[in-house]
Amino acid sequence: MSSIGTGYDLSVTTFSPDGRVFQIEYAAKAVDNSGTVIGIKCKDGIVMGVEKLIASKMMLPGSNRRIHSVHRHSGMAVAGLAADGRQIVARAKSEATNYQSVYGEPIPVKELADRVASYVHLCTLYWWLRPFGCGIILGGYDRDGPQLYMVEPSGISYKYFGAAIGKGKQAAKTEIEKLKLSEMTCREGVIEVAKIIYKVHDEAKDKAFELEMSWVCEESKQQHQKVPDDLLEEAKAAARTALEEMDAD
Amino acid sequence: MDLNMNVDAPHSMGTTIIGVTYDGGVVLGADSRTSTGMYVANRASDKITQLTDNVYVCRSGSAADSQIVSDYVRYFLHQHTIQLGQPATVKVAANLIRLLSYNNKNMLQTGLIVGGWDKYEGGKIYGVPLGGTLVEQPFTIGGSGSSYLYGFFDQAWKEGMTKDEAEQLVVKAVSLAIARDGASGGVVRTVIINSEGVTRNFYPGDKLPLWHEELEPQNSLLDILNAPSPEPMNI
Repeated sequence: MSSIGTGYDLSVTTFSPDGRVFQIEYAAKAVDNSGTVIGIKCKDGIVMGVEKLIASKMMLPGSNRRIHSVHRHSGMAVAGLAADGRQIVARAKSEATNYQSVYGEPIPVKELADRVASYVHLCTLYWWLRPFGCGIILGGYDRDGPQLYMVEPSGISYKYFGAAIGKGKQAAKTEIEKLKLSEMTCREGVIEVAKIIYKVHDEAKDKAFELEMSWVCEESKQQHQKVPDDLLEEAKAAARTALEEMDAD
Repeated sequence: MDLNMNVDAPHSMGTTIIGVTYDGGVVLGADSRTSTGMYVANRASDKITQLTDNVYVCRSGSAADSQIVSDYVRYFLHQHTIQLGQPATVKVAANLIRLLSYNNKNMLQTGLIVGGWDKYEGGKIYGVPLGGTLVEQPFTIGGSGSSYLYGFFDQAWKEGMTKDEAEQLVVKAVSLAIARDGASGGVVRTVIINSEGVTRNFYPGDKLPLWHEELEPQNSLLDILNAPSPEPMNI
């Protein structure tokens, strides 16, 4: 449980007496208040899904995209402050194209994750900058196969086979752990991700939400793209059915 | 003989360089003559330079230019390897060579052949000729001596050779070019790169076959003078 760091939380360049940097912890809170974002690594690729909380009924569906392609072979789902997320995505795209120009091959996912993490960390080192208020789930498919990384506002980045950030992350992680990911194809993974997002969505607290999903797998020819509409509808239907079955108990 | 020979002229490697892929790796070959106009500045030079543990480059053209380009790329590849945490691929090495050659094309005069082995693509050869193009090829030749080898390779090259077949082909080709090209000569050096590592071989001039109308090499004047009938080469 975090405490109020009165006096030691005014600047990202100040440590508290117990060795914490409160500004970074507060930045993480911005991520925790956003809609859930999930990523899983199946045996033939990556699937990512976002619970996009709709602020207004007048918004057109499909706008305010939360999942972005960084390069042909990789994509990023952002949780937290959307504007901060745009900045990070722009930087990641720039790193990816620069790597391709200099080295003549697509950027390895590990290298991309390292560069994004370094960039996020950079903004925690100077008093005239504030930390990014977003968490990133980065999925890509390079010559070493599919890989999934998560980058936190502190700048740390780890490789995962399943990751979740945002409001429902605890519940989502529990659900992901139940899945047998190494035996699952991405097609099946899309259905599972939809089910989890529908499950962790809190009807009482939040209003409507829109489900946004992307994948990069064998079926998509190792390109990062939106999940095809028919599969997305199938996933949504399966998720709704699963919810009803649960409620019926 | 030209007594007004300028020994301070820029060193150029007349050269014959070759890169050939085989089933499992690559063989790089080169002659060893570095000339300064008519004078042979170095008759035993090593034109096959290491870039990383698994990637080598054959240099031709200006000696200085090709050395500088190799040095820069070796430096960049070293940093890249540290960052990546694993050996660089042949493609990356070739691309770095190409970027330097292309972006400085007005100042450089060097043709390079990049060859190596990596775990993703296996053995690969990339040609980076004068203007800075990058072409991946199953085999390629370069340098002034290569003019005499185009027909030879058209006939003698085949896909899927063994390591020994490939090396014999390269040695034969370099020695043919040395026979006809005045700017190529000396010894034949080869470098074989595959999954097991790198092997360097050396074929001195007197071990190479003699071709049409070539004379036996004379290694020492003393041998000629002490022979039963001293008849050194007459002009």
